[in-house]
Amino acid sequence: MSRTRSRVPVLIGALAALGLLLFLLPLAGLIVRAPWNQTLAELTDPTTTTALGLSIFCSLTATAIALVLGVPLAMILARTHGTLRNILRALTTLPMVLPPVVGGVALLLAFGRRGLVGSLLYQWFGIQIPFTTAAAVMAETFVAMPFLVIAVEAGLRSLDHRYEEAARSLGAGYWRVLTRVTLPLLRPAIFSGAVLCWARALGEFGATITFAGNFPGRTQTVPIAVYLALETKPEAAITLSLILLVVSVAILVGLRDRWLGV
Amino acid sequence: MRKWLVALTALPVLASCMGTSGVCAVQMSCGVGPSRTMLTVFAAASLQPAFDKIGARLLTTSNIASTFSYAGTQTLTTQITQGAPADVFASADTAHMATVAGLLEEPSAIFAHNRLEIAVAKGNPKGIHSLADLSRSGLVIVLADPSVPAGKYAQQALAKANVTVHPASLEQQVTGVLSKVALGEADAGIVYVSDIITSGKVDGVAIPDGQNVIADYPIGILKSAQNAAGAKAFVALVLSADGQAILKTAGFEGV
Repeated sequence: MSRTRSRVPVLIGALAALGLLLFLLPLAGLIVRAPWNQTLAELTDPTTTTALGLSIFCSLTATAIALVLGVPLAMILARTHGTLRNILRALTTLPMVLPPVVGGVALLLAFGRRGLVGSLLYQWFGIQIPFTTAAAVMAETFVAMPFLVIAVEAGLRSLDHRYEEAARSLGAGYWRVLTRVTLPLLRPAIFSGAVLCWARALGEFGATITFAGNFPGRTQTVPIAVYLALETKPEAAITLSLILLVVSVAILVGLRDRWLGV
Repeated sequence: MRKWLVALTALPVLASCMGTSGVCAVQMSCGVGPSRTMLTVFAAASLQPAFDKIGARLLTTSNIASTFSYAGTQTLTTQITQGAPADVFASADTAHMATVAGLLEEPSAIFAHNRLEIAVAKGNPKGIHSLADLSRSGLVIVLADPSVPAGKYAQQALAKANVTVHPASLEQQVTGVLSKVALGEADAGIVYVSDIITSGKVDGVAIPDGQNVIADYPIGILKSAQNAAGAKAFVALVLSADGQAILKTAGFEGV
């Protein structure tokens, strides 16, 4: 490490500083303009508490569903190769790059009252998904599950399969190996994937408002409440934004070892 | 320290490069006659069908190219208060226009009126004939949020009719209500007459005068307008016989 590193040109440094400012200044704006003396009042405002409660419920439910469906999906993904793998991978990661509003429109066209599946649900069982809390949970799951799948798949691929082989050679069946060896070994990957999935679900806006609409206590999650409050009660919008900021920072700090790869 | 200065002086150069290329693009699009100018119009979502036509007219007559930002009036009001670069603002109510009154070149003028109507699916399969029908159980009703002019008007109309509805969703602009009914996700919603006339995808159920609310649409030019002459021409066209005819075709009531 004695070799001196080449000096970074000034232009690179300046552009990097500008880039950093782009991240820093909005945060500073939020913190500086926050109505600190009103924060407590805003925090106990029914609109705020209702939105917070709903957001926590929806995001945790979405994460639970993502765990139940996403871990098996990651297991299948980790076992496939070639074209099949590429297709499955593209399908599962599409929601990560798709604009969330497009996701919302797609969900509406699939699960809406006149949608592909939704029309059958409505005709046969009288079930209508849009405008319900279930719709908000579905939208969040749709957008957030890929984060869990990707994390768990990466964990599976880097797993030392000799442990599983050893367990199998000692007579353990498939389920015993899975629950006693594979899943415990995957715990860090599942944990960091679930936390990222939860964070993404908590921040979901576009797909939710498109597919689930906006109604306090039913589908009005914190990001939607922030968006609406900015037009009527900016102080409430800033307070809610601060809460999401604190949660995001807490997640980054909590996951720094697991996710940021340092 | 010197390095930082070099970098900082490089920035204006970059910026000016981008600036010149922007000018070139505008110049290239210039034809014969008055040179084309750009105009930014912030307009309530319900005005889209009429204003798109008025914008097209202004382009052919005066070579003024209008760019429209259509959204809920409350959204546009917030954006303008935060310094969004609008030349003209057309609101769906006088209350929001009043909050930006200090930013206007001169007092705003009412240029159109609108009424409320109940939007239902084509053929009215649910048999909705009055505001009172909206309180029936088993119907999915969507309204605009009370912070949106259309939502506020709907609340007033429902209060006049003494009807309580339980909406499934509160949309951020009246066009959101319209699209939810047009998509078949909602059974009914309260929108403007003009929305139903221009949509073509829903049927309208009239609300009697005694329960209806008349929406006033004011228009104003902002002090910060980049294109003050263009803004004046746009407002003049909206208030002219031509503009009023376009608005009437789109279902508005003239002034």
